[in-house]
Amino acid sequence: MRNGEIVNPIEISDLRKYYGDVKAVDGIKFTVKAGEVFALLGPNGAGKTTTIEILEGLRRKDSGEVRVLGMDPWENGHDVHMRIGVIPQEFNFFEKTSPREAIRLYASLFNVKVDADEILREVLLEDKADTLFDSLSGGQKQKMGLALSLVNSPDLLFLDEPTTGLDPNARRAIWEVIRGLKAKGRTIVLTTHYLDEAQQLSDRVAIMDHGHIVAQGTSDEIIRQHGSGERLEINGSEGLADHIRSTTGLNVHYDSGVVAIALHKKDDALTALQAAKSSNMDWGDIRTKRDSLDDVFVRLVSGIVDESGELRVR
Amino acid sequence: MANKTNGGIISGRRILADFKVYSRGYLRNRFGLFFGLIFPVILILIFGAIFSGTSTGKVTAYVQNNDTGPFATPQMDVAGQFVTALNSSGTLDLVMVPTSEDMPQYLANHSASDGIIIPAGFSASYLAEQRVNVTVYGNPSSSTSSIVSGTVGGLANYFNLQRFNGTSVIGLEPATLNAEQTKYIDFLIPGLIGFSILVSPMFSLVNISSEYKKTKLFKQLSLTPLTKMEWLISKVLWYIVLSSVSFLLMVGVGIMAFGAHVTLTIWLVPFLVLGPTLFAALGMLVGTVSKNPESAGVAGNIVTFPMMFLSGTFFPISIMPDYLQGLAHVLPLFYVIEGLNNVMVYGNIGAALIDLAVILVITAVVFVAAVWFFKWRED
Repeated sequence: MRNGEIVNPIEISDLRKYYGDVKAVDGIKFTVKAGEVFALLGPNGAGKTTTIEILEGLRRKDSGEVRVLGMDPWENGHDVHMRIGVIPQEFNFFEKTSPREAIRLYASLFNVKVDADEILREVLLEDKADTLFDSLSGGQKQKMGLALSLVNSPDLLFLDEPTTGLDPNARRAIWEVIRGLKAKGRTIVLTTHYLDEAQQLSDRVAIMDHGHIVAQGTSDEIIRQHGSGERLEINGSEGLADHIRSTTGLNVHYDSGVVAIALHKKDDALTALQAAKSSNMDWGDIRTKRDSLDDVFVRLVSGIVDESGELRVR
Repeated sequence: MANKTNGGIISGRRILADFKVYSRGYLRNRFGLFFGLIFPVILILIFGAIFSGTSTGKVTAYVQNNDTGPFATPQMDVAGQFVTALNSSGTLDLVMVPTSEDMPQYLANHSASDGIIIPAGFSASYLAEQRVNVTVYGNPSSSTSSIVSGTVGGLANYFNLQRFNGTSVIGLEPATLNAEQTKYIDFLIPGLIGFSILVSPMFSLVNISSEYKKTKLFKQLSLTPLTKMEWLISKVLWYIVLSSVSFLLMVGVGIMAFGAHVTLTIWLVPFLVLGPTLFAALGMLVGTVSKNPESAGVAGNIVTFPMMFLSGTFFPISIMPDYLQGLAHVLPLFYVIEGLNNVMVYGNIGAALIDLAVILVITAVVFVAAVWFFKWRED
């Protein structure tokens, strides 16, 4: 950090932003530490972009505390913009401008000297340096956005849904770039509705839903706090589930041919298996399982999120 | 707050950087280039070639009656009767010019070409059957001038017939304002320059200011130190350059293809600077207050098209009905074209300065409004 006193690049607490009756952001609190990749996860309309735009100084908050690099981003927009890099959702640029020209424009605007080729190498776009924006593919356009966000050597990067709408190969290419930036110690705030993206790239995650943060921490912490813990799964019938439940008093669920027993202590597994054996009923494969981030997410936002980020209630 | 959030003072470096990218993008876009430079030249060629114009409606004619008497009886004031007859002809609106004025100068000062001089001693000569000429000023190729000379000629015939059985006593002496003959193309060039000053900046700014809002390009730019004022200035600069190039092309084609006679002076510069500034700002205002690019396009057309046709672009507004002429006077383009005509055709700098003052005021108001309504960021 240029300013030695600032420990956390982002600190927000009790942040609120309402649009009429819609509570887009309703009292959220989180901190992003220097050098980490922090992911804001949630379905469309959860309040991710509003939060990000308030942090970028593009929207005015209604109330609460917001500090970006120690400054209020709305009141000190210019100073904050000099030190952050941003790719907005669906990055767009002047159609008839090439990545190299765009980087030169940004260098002039920020009054910095940069090596355009080096930046283009960093985002894996050097082979399209002179291709006009309207001839770039979706993934290449996003890479150009990444390149521009790096021109002013930012202390903090905001990537708002950087891979939405891209094919799997383009997504992986963007991930590579983000990993490279992380390796260089950049602090990155990432919003996404892709769970795998958050899990692959981020150190910590905050899950947003209806303007609230419903969970935050590392993936493991969230799974530990909000998951159902370890369980034993046995392929078997509903009768088997009833038998185990009645003979052991354990917490047993049955769903589609799978009997699931919550394991609060190691011995619970043995107790359940003995009950299964004594039932004289047929039973098949056994395994222990733990909730994934997906399972927790589905439980927390009460639904699954499709490719476009829309919530599908189960 | 603008200073605090946008970094304060206007930076020439940032304007130049944005100017370079925008102008390069413009030149790479064949569509914009066609409408900016080629289309006005095509219009010059088409209208210059067609060169025609019939008109109805009354034509304003300036009349100087130098035959002031004294007359023994009212019947002996033939000059007065001639003027009364001109007035009741139904084709002319007469404006009386004091005898102390120099007619050519007076016409130039009023940016007019149609004038009639009745010489001193007209009545006495007529009554004595001595030949006497009425001088008719006009632009021989303009439809208004032929109406004036036709009316005066017809009336002279009537007066001749009435008293002398057709012996030609009253004759016509045609005259033009400039030593050189003024042609339709000379009036067409300022009109079409006004057209090009209007169309390119107006349509482009309506389009980009609504499109950039929709595609969030303004949001993208607002994350850099570029301010909205710098952004607008760089656009204005580009359209000044484009309009100047277009101006040179049109004047060049007008002179080479049609032998046009236009006066090129330093007084054209303020029009070539203020005109594009006005219409770029107006385009941005329309684009900014519109909800989406589609409604911006409609609003842009509603503002642009009446201006395009009613400001004296393709034909003089004097042939339009009175209410349309009144409407023309509230259209900013009218003052641009009138000013260009005053400089290029009539050499009437005094009147051009008034046009310039009107344009300056409108430009200032529109520019401030455009910057005011234009939001880089949202609340």
